[in-house]
Amino acid sequence: MLDTVFFYLFAALVLGGGILTITRRNAVHSAISLIVSLLGVAGLYLLQQAEFLFAVQIVLYVGGIMVLFLFVIMLVNLDQAAKEHQFNKQWAVALAEIGYFWYRGANGFATADTNPAERAVDTLGAAVGNTQQVADRLFSDYLLPFEIASILLLVAVVGSVIMAKKRI
Amino acid sequence: MNFLDLIWLIPLFPLAGAALMLLFGKLLDPQPPSEVAVAPGVEPVYEHGHGGDHAAHAHTHAHDAHGHAAHGHHHPGPLQNLIRLICPGMVLLSFVFSAGAVWQLSNLPVHIHEIRQFTWIAAMPFHMANGHMATFQVDWGFLLDPLSSVMILVVTGIGFLIHVYATGYMAHDNGFYRFFGYLNLFVFFMLMLVLANNYTLLFVGWEGVGLCSYLLIGFYFHKKSAGDAGKKAFIVNRVGDAGFILGMLLMLSVLGTVRFTEVNTLLRSGQFPVEIAGLGVLSAMSLLMFFGATGKSAQVPLYVWLPDAMEGPTPVSALIHAATMVTAGVYMIARSSALYELTPHTSMIVASIGAFTAILAATIALVQNDIKRVLAYSTVSQLGYMFLALGVGAYWVAIFHLFTHAFFKALLFLGSGSVIHAMSGEQDMRYMGGLKNKIPVTHWTMWVGSVAIAGIPGLAGFFSKDEILWQAFSSPKGSQLLWLVGLATAAMTAFYMWRLMNMTFYGKSRVKPEVAAHVHESPSVMTLPLVVLAAGSVLAGWLGTPKLWGLGEAFHTFEHWLEPVFALGGEASEHPASTEWSLMILSVAIAAAGISLAYYLYSKRPEIPERIYESAKPLHKVLYNKWYVDELYDFLFVNGLGKGGGSVCGEFDRRIVDGGVNGAGWLTRFSASVSMWWDTWIVDGAVRFTSFFVKLLSYPACIIQTGRVQAYALFVVVGVLAFLGYYVTR
Amino acid sequence: MHPVTTVHYLALSAALLLIGTVGVLTRRNIVIILMSIELILNAVNINLIAFSRMFHHVDGQIFAIFVITDAVAEAAVGLGILIALFRNKETVQADEVDILKW
Repeated sequence: MLDTVFFYLFAALVLGGGILTITRRNAVHSAISLIVSLLGVAGLYLLQQAEFLFAVQIVLYVGGIMVLFLFVIMLVNLDQAAKEHQFNKQWAVALAEIGYFWYRGANGFATADTNPAERAVDTLGAAVGNTQQVADRLFSDYLLPFEIASILLLVAVVGSVIMAKKRI
Repeated sequence: MNFLDLIWLIPLFPLAGAALMLLFGKLLDPQPPSEVAVAPGVEPVYEHGHGGDHAAHAHTHAHDAHGHAAHGHHHPGPLQNLIRLICPGMVLLSFVFSAGAVWQLSNLPVHIHEIRQFTWIAAMPFHMANGHMATFQVDWGFLLDPLSSVMILVVTGIGFLIHVYATGYMAHDNGFYRFFGYLNLFVFFMLMLVLANNYTLLFVGWEGVGLCSYLLIGFYFHKKSAGDAGKKAFIVNRVGDAGFILGMLLMLSVLGTVRFTEVNTLLRSGQFPVEIAGLGVLSAMSLLMFFGATGKSAQVPLYVWLPDAMEGPTPVSALIHAATMVTAGVYMIARSSALYELTPHTSMIVASIGAFTAILAATIALVQNDIKRVLAYSTVSQLGYMFLALGVGAYWVAIFHLFTHAFFKALLFLGSGSVIHAMSGEQDMRYMGGLKNKIPVTHWTMWVGSVAIAGIPGLAGFFSKDEILWQAFSSPKGSQLLWLVGLATAAMTAFYMWRLMNMTFYGKSRVKPEVAAHVHESPSVMTLPLVVLAAGSVLAGWLGTPKLWGLGEAFHTFEHWLEPVFALGGEASEHPASTEWSLMILSVAIAAAGISLAYYLYSKRPEIPERIYESAKPLHKVLYNKWYVDELYDFLFVNGLGKGGGSVCGEFDRRIVDGGVNGAGWLTRFSASVSMWWDTWIVDGAVRFTSFFVKLLSYPACIIQTGRVQAYALFVVVGVLAFLGYYVTR
Repeated sequence: MHPVTTVHYLALSAALLLIGTVGVLTRRNIVIILMSIELILNAVNINLIAFSRMFHHVDGQIFAIFVITDAVAEAAVGLGILIALFRNKETVQADEVDILKW
């Protein structure tokens, strides 16, 4: 029961934060809302017994990306942008599309059946902790993607440095 | 040798002479640089036109200069004698061969001999008027029958005499070789004309003599009047030739052939009725050919060229315009006698025009002062007689008169040439007179000729002319009116001829002093032909004496000789002999009266003509100006048709033809502008439309490409939506 | 109240995805757009984790790690581009960067 409450709580955070993110005029408000949303997501991770990911989410996403966002927001002068019209011309079409999307999907969600197997098992029935499990799988089966991801990060670093430089 | 098979040589001799002269003559008789004449005035009266300046020259020549003021004085080249031998010699050869052929012809049972040299125009089939198929083929063929035999003897005989005369007359002329070349060429064409066995070949000769006439009339081409006269002769002839050609084509269309023998067979076969009622095809044919004859033989309306033709040298006048070329028309109609027998109306027209011409020309000759003009009009008048004879059906009489006329007319012309030669170029009779003793041979030969032409019994003219008058009176086709006209003309003929004789030889001398000093008789090369012709004038007539005289068959040879050609059933006249005698005596009396009146007026009492002239000036003016016929023709045809037609044609050319051309240009420009419009609007329009269409089609695609990323993102989402939607609902 | 099943998580993930999509499509400010992209990525992550939980393995989580890695890299580069864009165009509105049109 507590799961349910926390789920809905975190869900509210996520969705509310999300909605706020996309509707705020002030970019900083948007960023803060996003942080709230991301925290909510982290909570959800925890509920799903993905502790490592919960930690990674907080550290990386909120602590890294959102800080980066905030820095950039401060670099870029958004005061002028805040005064302008916020939504572009195609918002009606976009909403209609999304609405339709949700409509098509909602049916599916409503009539989907739940997985009984989930109720039976409460924990992941393993002696090791989640982090250990992740590490085990990551560095054995998914080693190559891991390395590639690290190269990707390298590239990203180089790329962002170059992009942001004043003179290349 | 068989002359009959060699008749093709007869025309060939003079042709050879002509070719030699015209191709190589310059070598034989090199000309000094010609001095263009100072021809004092261009008085048409003078043949020579040098007036008195030559008289001032000191000459050692026996001959005085004449006839070459336009050409400059010319000393005969050393080879000129060769020309004197060649050209008359060629004609002499022709004469010999002709005589031989005629002699051999007379020994044949049937006096016809036809040979064919080669086919000139190959056989062409064509449709006749009545739908049958006929073949048009023209051979280079010769027909020797009594009619053509008379003609070749006249042409070659008299031609030879005139050639001999001309060697003396033209001795000092620049164009000696050219003259003889043309003269020989003329004889060739004339022989072709009379020897041809079909109308087309006859026409070749017809045209050829017209050409030579032009060349010879315009011999003194430096003089404008000579050139004009030549042109006039040729053009007037041409008008007649148009009629001839049309007639010939009509003959082809109706009869299908142009060969004499075939034509005569067809016409005499009875297929064609005598056209008494109206004017049928045959009448048209005969009228057209007669029109051609009026051109060649100087009848009304196409006689106007003959007096002007006196611009040529006198031998030319003698040969061409007296003895031979002008008789071509008479010959042609005599040859077509079968045709004219079938068309009485045309025959009447022929006779009427002949009579009318005779009297018209005689009236003009009465008052002319140029000796050659008188003779020219006399020729026209005598030709009128011949046509009168043809018209009344007396074909052999016409040929007979042709025969005798050739003698005395050639004689008269050559004699007048001799007079002119003696008078150093003077041709006006008003400045002659009393020459009887100074140039005796010329005088008495001309006397013979004048008596002959006047129609005094015993000489040639009487027999032929009298026969004509009798036939005009008595023939079924004749009439008393025609006879009367003929009689009046005979009176006038006697009168004007003896006026000429009196003014020239008798009475007081009116000769200009500077001319009188040089009066001399012509050399024998000129006088000998005169004597021969005089003899002929006397004797020739005895071949055709009237039956009335009952002199025996020998004296009727001419008629008998020509009988088979004309194949007429001798229509005996129902007139009693007394009528014929009385008419004969009447005509002789008239002639004698004319002669004595002329003697009286011009020798005895020369002042009377002056008085007559004073009192009848207008009449004299009309006669002297030839009844203003030339002026009328000028007005009608030269200025009317010629210049008027020229301006009409010019207008036509400017307006319609050039208009057409300009119109074509305008059309081109217009079509070019249409093309341009087409190109600009339709072709370019299509091109532009293509681009417009493509742009039109691309517009939606362009609209999509906004440049805004979010729009693209939207499309991505739409695509995903579609994709997923499909799979979800499946 | 119904127990929270995987379906709830999926629905949540879908909703977040749509919210993020709306943000990408609708907002003019590029920074907001980038943030919306982060929302989308997070939605995906939630999905992955839910299924990882459902099937009792950690592959989903590992995938989610990679997604996060990717999100980081992308955010860094994207913001670098934004800065470069801002330097050249003086604007951060997506609408105003539309030169590459017909």
